[in-house]
Amino acid sequence: MSGETLIILALLIPAVGAGLIALTSWQSNLRETVTLVTAATLFGVVMIIFGRVMDGEQLMTGSFQIVPGLDLAFKVEPLGMLFACVASGLWIVNSIYSIGYMRGNKEPRQTPFYMCFAVAIASTLGIAFSANLFTLFLFYEVLTLSTYPLVTHKGDDNARAGGRTYLLILLGTSMVLLLPAIIATAMIAGTLDFTPGGILAGKTDKTTVAILLALFMFGIGKAALMPMHRWLPAAMVAPTPVSALLHAVAVVKAGVFTAMKVVIYIFGIDLLASTGANEWLIWVAAASLLAGSLVAMTKDNLKARLAYSTVSQLAYVVLGASLATGWGVIGGSMHIAMHAVGKITLFFCAGAIYTAAHKTEVSELTGLGRAMPFTFVAFLIGALSIIGLPPFGGLWGKWYIALGALEAGQLLIVAILMISSLLNIAYLLPIPFKAFFGESQGRKSDGIKEAPLPCLIAIGLTSFGCLILFFFPGPILELLGQIRLR
Amino acid sequence: MIAANLPALQVVLPLLGAVLCAFLRRGVYAWGVALIVSLAMPLIAIGLLIQVLDSGTISYAMGGWKPPIGIEYRVDVFNAFLLLLVSVIAAVIMPYAKRSVEKEIPSDRQAWFYAIYLLCLCGLLGMAITGDAFNIFVFMEVSSLAAYTLIALGRDRRALLAAYQYLIMGTIGATFYVIGVGLLYSMTGTLNLADIASRLAGIENSRAVLAALAFLTVGISLKLALFPLHVWLPNAYAYAPSMATVFLAATATKVAVYLLLRYFYTVFGASIIFQDLPVSNIFLILSLAAMFGASIVAVFQDDVKRMLAYSSVGQIGYITLGIAIANLTGLTGGIVHLFNHALMKAALFMAIGAVFYRIGSVKLDDLAGIGKRMPITMAAFVIAGFSIIGVPGTVGFVSKWYLVLGAFEQGWWWLAFLIVASSLISVVYIGRIVEVVWFRPVSAAAKRAEEPPLSMLLPTLLLVAATVYFGIDTSATAGIAGRAAEWLMVGVK
Repeated sequence: MSGETLIILALLIPAVGAGLIALTSWQSNLRETVTLVTAATLFGVVMIIFGRVMDGEQLMTGSFQIVPGLDLAFKVEPLGMLFACVASGLWIVNSIYSIGYMRGNKEPRQTPFYMCFAVAIASTLGIAFSANLFTLFLFYEVLTLSTYPLVTHKGDDNARAGGRTYLLILLGTSMVLLLPAIIATAMIAGTLDFTPGGILAGKTDKTTVAILLALFMFGIGKAALMPMHRWLPAAMVAPTPVSALLHAVAVVKAGVFTAMKVVIYIFGIDLLASTGANEWLIWVAAASLLAGSLVAMTKDNLKARLAYSTVSQLAYVVLGASLATGWGVIGGSMHIAMHAVGKITLFFCAGAIYTAAHKTEVSELTGLGRAMPFTFVAFLIGALSIIGLPPFGGLWGKWYIALGALEAGQLLIVAILMISSLLNIAYLLPIPFKAFFGESQGRKSDGIKEAPLPCLIAIGLTSFGCLILFFFPGPILELLGQIRLR
Repeated sequence: MIAANLPALQVVLPLLGAVLCAFLRRGVYAWGVALIVSLAMPLIAIGLLIQVLDSGTISYAMGGWKPPIGIEYRVDVFNAFLLLLVSVIAAVIMPYAKRSVEKEIPSDRQAWFYAIYLLCLCGLLGMAITGDAFNIFVFMEVSSLAAYTLIALGRDRRALLAAYQYLIMGTIGATFYVIGVGLLYSMTGTLNLADIASRLAGIENSRAVLAALAFLTVGISLKLALFPLHVWLPNAYAYAPSMATVFLAATATKVAVYLLLRYFYTVFGASIIFQDLPVSNIFLILSLAAMFGASIVAVFQDDVKRMLAYSSVGQIGYITLGIAIANLTGLTGGIVHLFNHALMKAALFMAIGAVFYRIGSVKLDDLAGIGKRMPITMAAFVIAGFSIIGVPGTVGFVSKWYLVLGAFEQGWWWLAFLIVASSLISVVYIGRIVEVVWFRPVSAAAKRAEEPPLSMLLPTLLLVAATVYFGIDTSATAGIAGRAAEWLMVGVK
């Protein structure tokens, strides 16, 4: 198969899947089979593309001109490849989990749920494989719009309010800040193609670069750089599988992925480093990183705590990009994958706890570990990976970001990274510890069993993934090593 | 023979059709006549457009009287495109009209309704095609009088008041227009637009000509509902029969915009308008006021048709903004938005018309949860709504792209931000409808609703598909708009 066919297949499979899900809505087992088969097929195609990329092949499609200067085109490069692998791989696991969760909680409107999910995955792959900023922007907006119904899924006042915040902040930042930045870039550079070394070098002055960088970084609302992070906690009203795959993996990672792409292929790290335009971003990211962790410590609601933890962890990726060094880029990119696996495990556990015990607050979990040992062991593994302790994959992202900070000569940033890891320990580890060793207050947690089997399978898979990624980060490193920075 | 007389047929056919409808008296026969005429319109318009693209401007002497004495029909790339737009909208809404009109218009008046609709169509096409200043006035009156009647036929008694309001405002506009034409005639001794243009050379700065320009601008601006001359529009759109709202919203204001551009660029000349006079600044301020003011008012409407009407005022602001930006990219954006807005607003009003057909109300509260009962119609509404917001992949984005790029090229970066910020307001009002329609429990009114008949659903879907198709393949819309803008800007430094 030609590269073009493969890319188009990867985009079409989830879209067609969405259609088939609608057609099979009358038979829930068949519908869930469609979801699983679609996810598996998609992952297969992405793996074939991965194999081709590792063989050094350039995969791209022809381009279709919308208006002069605006093209719809796709091209696979290492960073997008990694993102596509993460999103499509975790979609399978998440689909297994969804089946257990949605049925266990007897959620209404499951057909639109699975449909929107498939559309969201299609747009995620569109983002991953975009060859230019416009194509990326198109799918970026489709991703926002297709996930909005998932956020408001419950349909009560709370969900509608959350959905409103979600839509207004994400659409607002992308339209008011990101779109002008894209148009200005198109005017200055005459192109929007992602090009190694960037397209702005030598075409504009330092002030413009700094302004554009600010527009991009705050305009990419999905990266949740403070103060544009409010939508993420608001999105937690969604059912847990949505929070798990979309608001720990696809949507937020689409944000930091876009930020990474812009830094590498639009500005070029050399331009940023030589003009010093990235200097302020390092500190904004560092502040967001610490503040996210601090807020997370104050949250008693488990999903809210995880959401703020995500805000903080996303800032790591932005920080990696803003360092404008080779290691920084690799560390940030690596963290996209590592955090994804860790955080999805934590959300899966949160959902399993909700399904089995209907508990949402951290303070209610004391002593629950004895009733749900499997879930809480998995939670512990996910937490350790997020914190960045061996033998779990989360270590590698933080490791290389720290290397990048050293490379950039930012010693203070290295210190901040250390402090942040301590904060992660402070807000994550007490949860499993209290669950196992704390005395359960009030009523006995009798009769509480582990969540339905599909949920447990999913949790097992991702927590095992955290472990595997520690021992075998090789392929990812090799892939990221192919990123052409210049 | 037919090919040579296409310009006349474009106007004469609807006129004859109107007479025929008036004789027929039975609603369904009249509908048949109106359908045939409306379907013929795009064929003629396409024929004209092909001729123009092939061999340049067509000049047609009406009745064989040579211009400038006789009335000249003059088709160039700009108005050929407009003729096509009006014709296509007319053709798409006629299949839709049948069920909607049966529901909303008493059966003894349906034939009249179609007769008047065809007169309105005739007037709009006439305004677009003629090259004679006074002839424009005649067609303007034909279309306006027809429009007042169409609106007054609305079921709601407030429709009468709305029509009366529009009548007063519209008459003032037409009067201003004819005063302007009179002044031009006194200075040049001719009514042929091309002739006026050539004779104005050297006297553009005389007081009479400037007064003519002022009268024409205000008169036409009333017709196109430029803020703050828009006050007739919300009520007129809200209370008119659904089919009339769709038709007027998509075509009437667009033809007025065309007239404005025609006078600005080809009669008076861009240099006097944009260099000697502060027209650009005036339009800039008024457009921004429309984009923000009217859109904010739209947010607080509880009647969806009124909300969309205020949205129209705001969207017209984008079109006039393109005029104000006054460079090639900006003007292209304005012209392409003229077409794009017609598509998306027609689709939105059609979807809402289908809801009215089923539940007899367009109050927001009555629409709660209707997405579950009419999923296809409401999905169509949402996609057209995306276009209003300017989501990439829809026509709305293409317009916005050109306008923002035009603003940047002019060095007005602040304007670029105002454009995108104003579209954020449309997120709020469209989002408000989406939330009510999809995420609220089904209301009592919406309980028994179901999808509208196919004759209403398919035209709606066709327009929605067009908003997406032309959002991706813009060679037809933006391509021709760009050519029209280039043609208008010839000679502008």
